[in-house]
Amino acid sequence: MAESELKTIARDGLWTNNVGLVQLLGLCPLLAITSSLVNAIGLGLATTFTLVVSSVTISLIRKLVRPEVRIPVFVVVIASTVTVVQLVMNAYFHELYKILGIFIALIVTNCAIIGRAEAFASKQPVLPAFIDALTMGVGFTLVLMALGGMREIIGQGTLFANAHLMFGEAARDLGVTILADYRGFLIAILPPGAFIGLGLLIALKNIIDGRLQARPRKIEEPEAAPASQPV
Amino acid sequence: MRYRTVLFTGILLSLFTVIGATLVAYTFENTKARIAANERASLLRNLHVLLPPDSHTNDLFRDVIEVQDPTLLGSRDPVQVYRARRNGEPVALVMTPEAPDGYSGAIRLLVGIDPEGTLIGVRVLSHRETPGLGDAIEAERSDWILDFDGRSLGNPPADQWRVRRDGGVFDQFSGATVTPRAVVNAVRKSLIYFERHRDELFEPLESDAEEEVEEHG
Repeated sequence: MAESELKTIARDGLWTNNVGLVQLLGLCPLLAITSSLVNAIGLGLATTFTLVVSSVTISLIRKLVRPEVRIPVFVVVIASTVTVVQLVMNAYFHELYKILGIFIALIVTNCAIIGRAEAFASKQPVLPAFIDALTMGVGFTLVLMALGGMREIIGQGTLFANAHLMFGEAARDLGVTILADYRGFLIAILPPGAFIGLGLLIALKNIIDGRLQARPRKIEEPEAAPASQPV
Repeated sequence: MRYRTVLFTGILLSLFTVIGATLVAYTFENTKARIAANERASLLRNLHVLLPPDSHTNDLFRDVIEVQDPTLLGSRDPVQVYRARRNGEPVALVMTPEAPDGYSGAIRLLVGIDPEGTLIGVRVLSHRETPGLGDAIEAERSDWILDFDGRSLGNPPADQWRVRRDGGVFDQFSGATVTPRAVVNAVRKSLIYFERHRDELFEPLESDAEEEVEEHG
């Protein structure tokens, strides 16, 4: 597999076809859990891990699995992975697990995971499937973090509060109060704030895409002409 | 021919199910002890806020009974009562009733009461109240819940065991009356339950009673 193809896969996952901003999959956890940065990181990492494990497994067994039963097999793989993640989080990140609660179990229903399994991993060798899952997961995590950070600052005036739930006692001081004596802006913490925030992020991505599109065209056009000649 | 394909597919699917189940079972076995320890530690941290470790000499986790009273304790499920004793003498108990009428679902409480029926304190175990409004019932967010310390059924008098808006003595929050009202009610009902069942609530467990005898003998 050529390196450039892997790069395209990576760019797709992180940006062009981002799970949160473009595919708009996994909205339920995306909107519900992003009231703070630490929650966002916790759920993002758990989702990424599940995505990587399930995609690699599904890619490995893709020739064995008959098309008639592929969906049940995917479901079994994903559900087992999520249950294992859930148990391990409960054992090692107990407090964070209590906050994220049902949303860890609900990773099973995150359409992004079965979507990648069906659309990509079941048709590709292990390496591209791995890169695809990893970048899709990281892309999703970054959106969660952007939204979580934004809502935490606007809603509570803090950033990285409760970091010790995730990174242990040493990280307790990571939390910073950005706006001292801030009374809080409730709507940012409540579900409407999640919708508004996500809308703003999507708009921002569209603006950046618009700028990017306007720029490289001038460079690409002269290049495109010679490329067509040898064909 | 076709039935062989079907058979093969079926076997394959069961194989994956078996592998998946094995993995889950293996992880479960290996995390079980740690998860139980986490839950215990987490509950103990909560209990220790109301019953500091040096206030009692017994094991809170062993000296526990379950009681049931949907009307007064707010939950159809059994409610745990942890009893603290110092050398066999009751020091206090902590009940885990629910306020069923929170703004969004039940609010689980820890209510600590001493043998005279005076509140040693109230804390919130879990709730789903509106962040920024109803969550002021958490001790980390405001001092509101500390107002229960030292109260009892006669203090304030029964007709004042309400939030201010309903003519009582307890503050409500601006923009959120439902949450404090639910908590005040639940605490008052827990005290009523305590008054009616005081002796049963402090009754030692049979196995513990024997130990107690041995210790003193």
